[in-house]
Amino acid sequence: MKQKIPTSNPLYCPYNAPMDDTLPDAEPLTPLDPSYTTVLRIEGLIITIPFVVGAAVLVSADAVPPWVPALPVLILAILLIGVMPLKRYRTRGYHMAGDRLRVVKGVMFHSDTVVPFSRVQHLDVEQGPLERLFGIARLILHTAGTHNASVTLPGLAHADATAMREDIRQHVKRESM
Amino acid sequence: MTGEVEDIADAGEAIEIDEWRRVSGLSVAVQAFRTLGQAVIPAAFLLFGASRSDDGIGMVAPYAVPIIALIIAINLVPAWLGWYRLRYRIGTSDVRLEQGIVSRSARSVPYDRIQDVSLEQKLVPRLLGLVEVKFETGAGGKEELKLAYVSEAEGERLRETVRALVEGADGAEALPDIAQGQGEDHAIAAQGFAAPATMLFAMPPGRLFTYGLFSFSLVIFAVIIGAIQQFEFLLPFDVWDYAEQYVRDEGYFEAGKYLEGMDMTARILGALYILITVIGVGVLSGIAKTFVRDWDFRLERTPKGFRRRRGLLTKTDVVMPVHRVQALVVSTGIIRRRFGWHGLSFISLAQDSGSANHEVAPFARMAEIAPIAAEAGFDLPDGSEEWRRPSANYRFDKALLSAGSCILAAFAFLTAEIVLPPEAVGLDVGFFIMLALAVFFAVQQIYLWHYDRHALDPAQVISRRGWLAPRTQIANRVKLHSVEIAQGPIARWRGYCDLVFGMAGGNFAFEGLALEDAKKLRAAVLDSIASVDFANLPR
Repeated sequence: MKQKIPTSNPLYCPYNAPMDDTLPDAEPLTPLDPSYTTVLRIEGLIITIPFVVGAAVLVSADAVPPWVPALPVLILAILLIGVMPLKRYRTRGYHMAGDRLRVVKGVMFHSDTVVPFSRVQHLDVEQGPLERLFGIARLILHTAGTHNASVTLPGLAHADATAMREDIRQHVKRESM
Repeated sequence: MTGEVEDIADAGEAIEIDEWRRVSGLSVAVQAFRTLGQAVIPAAFLLFGASRSDDGIGMVAPYAVPIIALIIAINLVPAWLGWYRLRYRIGTSDVRLEQGIVSRSARSVPYDRIQDVSLEQKLVPRLLGLVEVKFETGAGGKEELKLAYVSEAEGERLRETVRALVEGADGAEALPDIAQGQGEDHAIAAQGFAAPATMLFAMPPGRLFTYGLFSFSLVIFAVIIGAIQQFEFLLPFDVWDYAEQYVRDEGYFEAGKYLEGMDMTARILGALYILITVIGVGVLSGIAKTFVRDWDFRLERTPKGFRRRRGLLTKTDVVMPVHRVQALVVSTGIIRRRFGWHGLSFISLAQDSGSANHEVAPFARMAEIAPIAAEAGFDLPDGSEEWRRPSANYRFDKALLSAGSCILAAFAFLTAEIVLPPEAVGLDVGFFIMLALAVFFAVQQIYLWHYDRHALDPAQVISRRGWLAPRTQIANRVKLHSVEIAQGPIARWRGYCDLVFGMAGGNFAFEGLALEDAKKLRAAVLDSIASVDFANLPR
């Protein structure tokens, strides 16, 4: 059952042997659609609203001086609406090669996943209401592996996402198991 | 589905395709027996308690029989209705199961998704000659389809038929026309099974005994404490009251005086006696557990795959198709390794009673494991590999974090001893314990630096990890599904990462690799994966 690959096969790569002239994973990443940042900002805004309301209630009740609730809420707002969306946008990216998709993400916890098209079980293109408003979509690749059973690539222009899905589907010859 | 149940075949006849069938009528008895066991014991306790508190047994005795009879009737009716309303069908493309007394549920599992058919016999069904048939789908053990219970012969027939149909659905070499459901096709399937099976591994009682000796377990003490909590109302005295009283009356003072009265030899002997008792109980319970679980352990190579049978009270019979084996795990223990004992398990999509690994040779010599691994299509590491270590930075950081925090705690104890008044006791003990822990962690990391390693050979990825229970994991390169490089903040700063493979049915990760190493490994593995399409994988 096992497929013995002879050592002379180029697929076999001992560590000390030089790879090709290019380093692995040197290819430039494709950035996501810029409106992804806007969507993230709006999501940040939605998260911030309850805190603003809470702070307003505290201030109106004269329980504490106004700056006590205002300062943390302001910091939270700057982080969630100003800083994080841009950082997240910048760290995310993907690279679509002929036979595999590489998805990179993570500001603090970095993750760099490669899924070969030949291992994709099925594909989803999903859109939330906000995403639909800005014409972007999420592409989700499902594999049979326990780890990384589904790999999500958000922030693609909807047309790109469907085009990529069609592209990848060409490689998925049969959905089984 | 409509609720009509016309012409349902009785279990025990030859299996016909597309025909609704019922499970064995005896399963009502098993079901009733199980609920009865759950209900009668509390009832007995209740009656027992009532008899003690009131005017004695005479008050309760007349009611005992009707009460128990009522419990039996209450249990029997739903069990029978459940049996009457359950039917299954081996169809041309799927297995169907419809059940439910009032609200009906219909489940269909296509042959495409069935990973394996396994048989399990618990004690009561075994006495009645029944088996439980499980159609495993690899969906984490929850969503599988179970038939409880059918007769032993019927179980065997079901397994053969369904397995033949699964092979057909897979488009594999075997029996594409079985789906027509003609009688002679089943004959072919049966023939395939009747072909000679070669015994790969078996554990005679002597081996089981040695295995049990290494399976030292103190679980029995937890069980005893749990049982005391559960049934303390039956005891003539209250355990916790007794313990409380012991403390309140300074019983330990008496005991201390008693100990003081003894000479040194007697004390040492006493301590030894306790130690030996604990060890003896631990070893005995280990042996008992091993005998119950692994009695008559047999692993055979049949034309359909690996067949494993084991169990004293609960007998299991599992067949794993060879191509469904995703990876091998060779595990051992820190002590049993010195005596040359290892265990082999398979990682496959199907589940083995809750655990993702199938034990195929739990306690064996390497010489016995090698042929099984070869049969599964894997090569054990033979020294020709180029072993690599995780990054030195990773080991250093791990040691620094674990040992460093212990040293900090030790210093906290030291300052506390200086600052606090001299009445505070135990601080120096804390200091030394923390210091000892720091040394332990440092030594552990040094050991792991020498032991933990990984290698890439032309067809496999191999990893060797762990100190208390070292395990070697061997995965087939083309059977992996994705590769991820993950880094936390410290890892990014220090230039190492985790390399995590997506593998069906299990986890496979190399921790703390140098980033360059990980990238090369990933590139090589990905090229192997991408070169073989999923549909063309050996299945």
